[in-house]
Amino acid sequence: MSSRNAILDSLRQNVPPAASLPAPITTGIRFADPIKQFEETLTIAGGTLVRANGQQDLTSALAKIDVYASAAKIASLVPGLPSKDVDLSAIDDPHDLEGIDVAVLPGKFGVAENAAVWIPGETLTPHRAIFVIVQHLILVVPASEIVDNLHQAYERIQWIPNSFGIFISGPSKTADIEQSLVIGAHGARSCTVILF
Amino acid sequence: MPNVGLFIPCYVDQLYPQVGLATLRVLRRLGLNVDFPQEQTCCGQPMANSGSDAAARPLAQRFLEIFGKYDHVVSPSGSCVSMIRNHYDHWLHDKPGFDHLRGNTFELCEYLTDIAKIVKVDGEFPFKVGIQMSCHGLRELRLARSSEQMIAPFNKVRQLLSQLRGIEVVDLTRPDECCGFGGTFAVAEEAISCLMGRDRIQDHARAGAEVIAGFDMSCLMHLDGLIRRTNQPQRVMHVAEILEKATLS
Amino acid sequence: MTGHAEKSAAFVANEDRAHWHDQSLWFVRSKRDKQASGIPEWEALREAASAIKTHTLSRLADYLEEFERNATANGIQVHWARDAAEHNAIVHQILASHGVTHLVKSKSMLTEECHLNPYLEARGIEVTDTDLGERIVQLRKEPPSHIVMPAIHLKREEIGELFHIELGTEKGASDPKYLTEAARSHLRSKFMGAQAGLTGVNFAVAETGGVVVCTNEGNADMGASLPRLHIACMGIEKLIPRAAHLSVFLRLLARSGTGQPITGYTSHFNGPVRGGEMHVVVVDNGRSRILGQETFRRSLGCIRCGACMNTCPVYRRSGGYSYGYTVPGPIGSILAPQRDPEKYASLPFASSLCGSCTDVCPVKIDLHHQLLAFRKVLVDLKAVPLQKRLGMAFAGFVLSRPSLYRLGGGLLRAIVPRLPRGLIYGSWNPWGIQREIPPMPQQSFRDLIQKEPS
Repeated sequence: MSSRNAILDSLRQNVPPAASLPAPITTGIRFADPIKQFEETLTIAGGTLVRANGQQDLTSALAKIDVYASAAKIASLVPGLPSKDVDLSAIDDPHDLEGIDVAVLPGKFGVAENAAVWIPGETLTPHRAIFVIVQHLILVVPASEIVDNLHQAYERIQWIPNSFGIFISGPSKTADIEQSLVIGAHGARSCTVILF
Repeated sequence: MPNVGLFIPCYVDQLYPQVGLATLRVLRRLGLNVDFPQEQTCCGQPMANSGSDAAARPLAQRFLEIFGKYDHVVSPSGSCVSMIRNHYDHWLHDKPGFDHLRGNTFELCEYLTDIAKIVKVDGEFPFKVGIQMSCHGLRELRLARSSEQMIAPFNKVRQLLSQLRGIEVVDLTRPDECCGFGGTFAVAEEAISCLMGRDRIQDHARAGAEVIAGFDMSCLMHLDGLIRRTNQPQRVMHVAEILEKATLS
Repeated sequence: MTGHAEKSAAFVANEDRAHWHDQSLWFVRSKRDKQASGIPEWEALREAASAIKTHTLSRLADYLEEFERNATANGIQVHWARDAAEHNAIVHQILASHGVTHLVKSKSMLTEECHLNPYLEARGIEVTDTDLGERIVQLRKEPPSHIVMPAIHLKREEIGELFHIELGTEKGASDPKYLTEAARSHLRSKFMGAQAGLTGVNFAVAETGGVVVCTNEGNADMGASLPRLHIACMGIEKLIPRAAHLSVFLRLLARSGTGQPITGYTSHFNGPVRGGEMHVVVVDNGRSRILGQETFRRSLGCIRCGACMNTCPVYRRSGGYSYGYTVPGPIGSILAPQRDPEKYASLPFASSLCGSCTDVCPVKIDLHHQLLAFRKVLVDLKAVPLQKRLGMAFAGFVLSRPSLYRLGGGLLRAIVPRLPRGLIYGSWNPWGIQREIPPMPQQSFRDLIQKEPS
């Protein structure tokens, strides 16, 4: 008998009593000022919030971010915002993304309770490793798209087969050495979220 | 007037009789008919907690035979009462009278607040008191909100003690960390048990407690043993002893 | 064979260090409290998580089949492993067939349970654990001491010394930032050179046929997205029915385990990278047997958050190595004796049954009740020393007989006060090593009540 069938048989022989699913949770925490909550939580997570006045203001908002202004190589996946010295379409191997200083990525929406930004896999082309291999991340999110909590967040996500999706909340970090928080473990050393 | 059966844990009977007396007096002064059935011995908890089910079962059965006839059963011990309410089911679930026993066995503090519905505690206790929220009473009988729970705070023990004149209930840095007694754990894992106990005493001491008050004499016995070995100044007292002189209404 | 009691006594012999370890973990517990107190619906979330797990476990076979269908439709290859040996063989076979000589791994307690690393290393595959804490203990050739914070038992100076030897950092340097930076570049080169990445699974979603992995470092993403081959290993109990359920578990997971509202990266892997392969290995290894046990099946709801360890007053003062098993602390003390009752018989007794673990568990596993229930299992299996079983049987005998009980108590109170201190506090009396025995009153309560006015 295959292991698969052995396992499934064993589970069906040992089946617990029936138990129904609970009613879905539709109400979670709400905030009077979700953007303020998002900013406070992002700051504690080691990230930075920047406000921009609409899409037209993005270029000047970016220019004010130190890591962006001083970057030699910038990969942008936000339509209308250029890359710098990086041609993503010419990179076949994600390993060749190494050396890119900053990635500017579009976030679909943000979550106030945990400062997470949802980035669907379709955005991360051609290589999904882009968000973790670069030294600094800048996430561009419409200010109108901040929800309060994760229940609302999951209601918004469309699941496409064979897709990838990620919630990013702040930069890469670790507290594995004596519980001392260090920003920039393996992934981005900084994470700036621009709300426009 | 309900008939109240007084259940005195075996170690209280033999080693801390004054706690038994204080409990008896507190209940009698409320005007209750309190009877102490002499045939009682032990609730079986040490055996059950050691996994020795066979040794505990006859004790559970005896307990039902002895105490089944009372309207209420009251005991100055959170862990023994938890044994009856939460663990006797295993052996007695189909025995007549068990449902009544399980629904009507109470630890002293909860009996005073919930059943006797005491709202006024009139007495004096001009000391700084740290409350040792013993684990069974706290997390099995829910005598208070545990620090882990995210619900509205309440504390039946504090509710009774805080009304005493002159009392100052001190705040601990870890309000409900285990003292480390844990029954046979106190002996089987002696090193950890004592470190836990000494840490509790340090917490009470740093908060300025002169008296460590509790509703489970087993925990207090363990803390007292550590206190006396190291000549520390704190006194341990059971809540019953503190309330003994007060007028409750 | 030394059990928990002996090992923990050794741990607390260095009292300063034991207090330092205790404080480190209590700090994480406090962070959990702070986060949880900010969520008014916290207890409702725990209840929902518990109910979702109970439901899922009641139909686990169906949900696994749904998961397999949807994963396969995503282009994921699903493998099934009855036990640890099969799991290791399957992982090896996938790697070998792709000519992998270097594998990067993110945290997976399952692969620890199966002892995957030594298996692969013996077959010529270099394995790099990429979670910083895991890499530290890997370099020290030690197991992790906590399932979420593997190196919590180590001081920065010790890590500094390790990195000086292994990574060439400056001698004596112990600043966490400096050490982490050194680890970053060391591990970056490992990521760049690896031909495959292996991750654990926090949640497998039946509805989408995908898996979710949560990290703070981003190491799972680096390992799964740079090489073309991604292998995700999961226990069968990691399944949840719907993607929407993730919101419940994710709101609880990091708050409970590390005191954060969410980890830095919450990755939903629903298929391989472009041109790559993704494999999921679904492992039983005794879990289906536990499913059949009414008393213990709720332990399968565990989401491996570590909150029970952080709150356990015993774990905090004895450290993960005192348990001698992959997963320590309260949940480990139930899982370990499931695997080997004889070897781990001391673990369910390594607890004062305070119940704090049960109150922090995000999926409301009745941990301390299961610990108590396991004690009975061990006595029935005769895995508890005869001396202890006899002792309890004797105590039960005496306490069932009021006259014997009264006689015993009376003798105790009469004789003990007359004994010399040296006799009372001999080595036979573990109570007396650090404690005075209670004062022995002349009369018992039942003596005194005779004189009490009615």
